[in-house]
Amino acid sequence: MSQTIPQLVDHLFRRESGRMVAALTRSFGPAHLGLAEEVVQDALIQALRRWPFHGVPEKPAAWLYRVARNLALDQLRRRSNFRGKEDAIRDRLEATAMASDLGDRPTAFLDGEITDDQLRLIFLCCHPELGRDQRVALTLKAVLGLTAREIARAFFTREPTVAQRIVRAQRRIRERHFPFEVPPPDEIPARLDTVLEVLYLAFNEGYGAHEGDDLVRADLCTESLRLVVQLGDLTPTDQPVVHALAALMEFQISRLPARIQRDAHGGPGELVRLADQDRSRWDHAAIRRAFAHLERSARGDAQTTYHLQAAIAAHHAMAPSTSATDWSAILELYDRLMDLGPSPVIALNRAVAVARLEGPRAGLDAIDAIADHPAIADYYLLGATRGELAMQLGDTARAAEALRHALTCRCTAPERRFLERRLAALDRG
Amino acid sequence: MASFMFLLYDRESDFEGFGPEDMQRIVERYKAWADSLGDRLIGSDKLVDGEGRVLHARDGELRILDGPFSETKELIGGYFAVEAENYDEAIELAKGCPHVEFGTLEIRQIDAMH
Repeated sequence: MSQTIPQLVDHLFRRESGRMVAALTRSFGPAHLGLAEEVVQDALIQALRRWPFHGVPEKPAAWLYRVARNLALDQLRRRSNFRGKEDAIRDRLEATAMASDLGDRPTAFLDGEITDDQLRLIFLCCHPELGRDQRVALTLKAVLGLTAREIARAFFTREPTVAQRIVRAQRRIRERHFPFEVPPPDEIPARLDTVLEVLYLAFNEGYGAHEGDDLVRADLCTESLRLVVQLGDLTPTDQPVVHALAALMEFQISRLPARIQRDAHGGPGELVRLADQDRSRWDHAAIRRAFAHLERSARGDAQTTYHLQAAIAAHHAMAPSTSATDWSAILELYDRLMDLGPSPVIALNRAVAVARLEGPRAGLDAIDAIADHPAIADYYLLGATRGELAMQLGDTARAAEALRHALTCRCTAPERRFLERRLAALDRG
Repeated sequence: MASFMFLLYDRESDFEGFGPEDMQRIVERYKAWADSLGDRLIGSDKLVDGEGRVLHARDGELRILDGPFSETKELIGGYFAVEAENYDEAIELAKGCPHVEFGTLEIRQIDAMH
């Protein structure tokens, strides 16, 4: 948007949509999550159709709450499946109306804080008895206010597939009577696992293609981080593992300004590898926040995958250059990650550290050991990394083969252009 | 200076499928456009959706029908009254309205009784 409109806070609709869905889900009960989403959608459509003529109301958030509440009351009258529960639901809706009096809260509240109902909604959407893809789709839709179309775009899936996941997740919530509550303290650590997994998946989808002109994907990053930071600030979820993930995300975000390079003509963004990044362009405020979270993640002796990944990112953040990076410490952290849960993606990253310490040949050997794993057979970074190491060895034939294979994998436009440039550099000798 | 009506036709279903973020951007565009009219804007109103009555008197019998709501037809959702020198200028003022992308915008000059 080129015009800046002072009356509407950025992301107001989406943030309020998340809050309203959460409040209405509490009023109607979790079995009616879909109805809560419908009511909120209708309230936003009313704003869209009426505000152009009347102007933006003085208290837009309160207006939306009021309209949503009235629409909810309509539904209550119209639907027979609420029979006998009307009074209880009406009382809860009144409580929601009370919340709307807070409607014109200071900006600080609007920007961050999630409500208790939203916390309950997050745990509901990330219930371990839902499938992973269902959790992701439902959380992004109900909590973060993304549409099925936007989710499909971000995850390279088809819209009907996403819509179906959401419907199935909602049905399961109904059938299994999942409660709308923050789990008791002793269950929180286990329940947080799926919550953090969903938020990290969403973050990574956004991060992978942070091209700047695709707002949905950029927002996916910042919104997932926002929720993780929020969880870290709320008493029941203020756990070391949450801060470890927040640290990891902040470190990754800090590199974004240097990760994509635009030419002077504002052409498409080009991917810059970590080794080639101008480290003065890293977001140092984000790095400071990352270290603060890292400190809070060190309480207790939990050492999760997020702790280890954040520690690796911290080494990169502290190093003045790739060559001055403590690769042996990083290799050790990768070894511990492999102990925690071996995965070919971690092994691939570990191979990069091996190559830094012991040379490209050792790195290639480490990659060869895992290259047949089906989980990374179509991972573009496998070919890209192989190509780089083969290039360092002067083996242009092997490098070209690896880069061509990488180009057959799913990757984003900047990643593709990067691979093509490397391939062209090979052809020039 | 003449006065014109910008009649905004749409269907309620025109905005289905938009997410909150899209909708906020669209609202902001309408607002930016309305603000850009400045003192050319005389007034604007939204008509209530899905209601209305149609009256016919034939052969001495008055018939009142529910209307004009229809799912399939575009109906007037609201209007802006604007001052402009002539149709050309009215078009200039109207063409930045985002409504032309979602529905239809009709311009009619208000007859001034001289």
